[in-house]
Amino acid sequence: MREPTARRAGDAPLVRRTLIGAGVLLTLLFLVAPVAVVFVQALAAGFGPYLQNLAAPDTLHAIWLTVLTVLVVLPVNLLFGLAAAWAITRFSFRGKSFLVTLIELPFSISPIVAGVIYLFLYGAQGLLGPWLQQYDLRIMFSVPAIILVSLFVTSPFVARELIAFMQTQSSEDEEAARSLGASGWQMFMRVTLPNIRWALLYGAILCTARTIGEFGAVSVVSGNIRGQTNTLPLQIELLYNDYNAAGAFAAASVLALIGLLTILVKALVEEFGPRERNEQS
Amino acid sequence: MVKRSALPGFGLSLGLTLSYLTIIVLLPLAALVLKAVQMGPAELLAVVSGPRALASYRVTLTMAAAATLFSGLYGLLLAWILVRYDFPGRRFLDALVDLPFALPTAVAGLALTELFARNGWFGSLLSPLGIEVAYAPAGIAVAMAFTSFPFVVRTVQPVLEDLEADAEEAARMLGAGDWQIFARVILPMVLPAWVAGCALGFARSLGEFGAVVFIAGNLPFETEVTSLLAFIRLEEFDYPSAAGLACVMLLAAFVMLTITNLLQARWLRFAERS
Repeated sequence: MREPTARRAGDAPLVRRTLIGAGVLLTLLFLVAPVAVVFVQALAAGFGPYLQNLAAPDTLHAIWLTVLTVLVVLPVNLLFGLAAAWAITRFSFRGKSFLVTLIELPFSISPIVAGVIYLFLYGAQGLLGPWLQQYDLRIMFSVPAIILVSLFVTSPFVARELIAFMQTQSSEDEEAARSLGASGWQMFMRVTLPNIRWALLYGAILCTARTIGEFGAVSVVSGNIRGQTNTLPLQIELLYNDYNAAGAFAAASVLALIGLLTILVKALVEEFGPRERNEQS
Repeated sequence: MVKRSALPGFGLSLGLTLSYLTIIVLLPLAALVLKAVQMGPAELLAVVSGPRALASYRVTLTMAAAATLFSGLYGLLLAWILVRYDFPGRRFLDALVDLPFALPTAVAGLALTELFARNGWFGSLLSPLGIEVAYAPAGIAVAMAFTSFPFVVRTVQPVLEDLEADAEEAARMLGAGDWQIFARVILPMVLPAWVAGCALGFARSLGEFGAVVFIAGNLPFETEVTSLLAFIRLEEFDYPSAAGLACVMLLAAFVMLTITNLLQARWLRFAERS
């Protein structure tokens, strides 16, 4: 990249070593220690009790509810991300930059506010409350509310990654496919999808991680009903408030493991994804 | 742009996008705005300017500022060593920066509380010195810094990577030392991105909930952040207060969003010129 001979500011050995040392030390204290303490505490009583804590019925149910939420939220937001990125990067229309801002808006909104706005829409006192009651539909403090608020919180992830990536790509391949007689569906499956698969995967990883870990927004709308509407992050708080630290750390260790896997897969996608992109361009 | 209309699916994709955004984003936001309008300005002002609400703004703002100060320095340091130096474990460190984004906030809060509690790994060292972090205001800042410092690293990193060596070389030939080159040449070029990263982190800190509730102790007037107060009002079925506080947080988010957008636009102009 750069001429290796050129000495740049901060390359003096002492400066270099001091700065690297300080950065690594701070990271060990600030990033590594919190993850380490979760596993140390979770396994403090040994592996058997750890598994017993994980197999507690409420914790198992929380894990299942978290998985269910991901199974609904991820496909919906993948579809939304694809539609939004296609419209924004392949066509020109008025109000496009406003639309992009709107798509990214949930990133700027506090999880608590996300929960509150859903409460004022679907809650008994909310905008649609009377109408929902009339048909005996219950959304607040039940699984649908958890799914809806998770959709809100994670909606920008796939869309943002795809928009950023597809903006750098020209639409020539897709136009060529069309002029060769491919249907819209064939063009999408054979040209668009293979081109964007890494960006799509990247967005999906971020969306999944956030769905699994969302706490504040879900906390407002779930009603925290034990064994019914508790996702894994809420279960951690519940166990912790019950003075069941071992159970809380066991549940937290599952999420910490998923978090570590997330950054591993993300690093792998960054490592192998762009290389393939370069080959194609 | 006529060329692009050769592609299919404009109506379908835009229609899907707009419908989804309306149902998932706009409708709920409208519900809150409607609630606020129904309350009227007098009641709204009363619930957002009560003493406990004002104390929560003070705690949130000061701790977010403290967190941003730390994140700004630590984030700049990390971005610098990741871009400028090659050392064993550099790529691992780079991947690790994303951990606060990937780790659920509840896990972060639980872990930081355990570390800084009086009998914890850090707390047992700090407590004898009279430094209390867990269940004290400092804990809020630690939790906020944890969840927001990657913003600084990830905004500064690409700008540092794109810096050409020639300006530095010119400065060196004119007799500038390393520190002068950093302060007079590198820092001014990195500054807009650094400020933008800090602003993003600060905005995130203002709304942080999950990590903070575990470590803060949540004492009214002392260690109660605005997001927690809004949550408590909901649990008390005091919906007007919760709506008012949510409006304040939403307004703060919009202000921060405008600031970061302006900063990023400014930075883009700067990048184009140079």
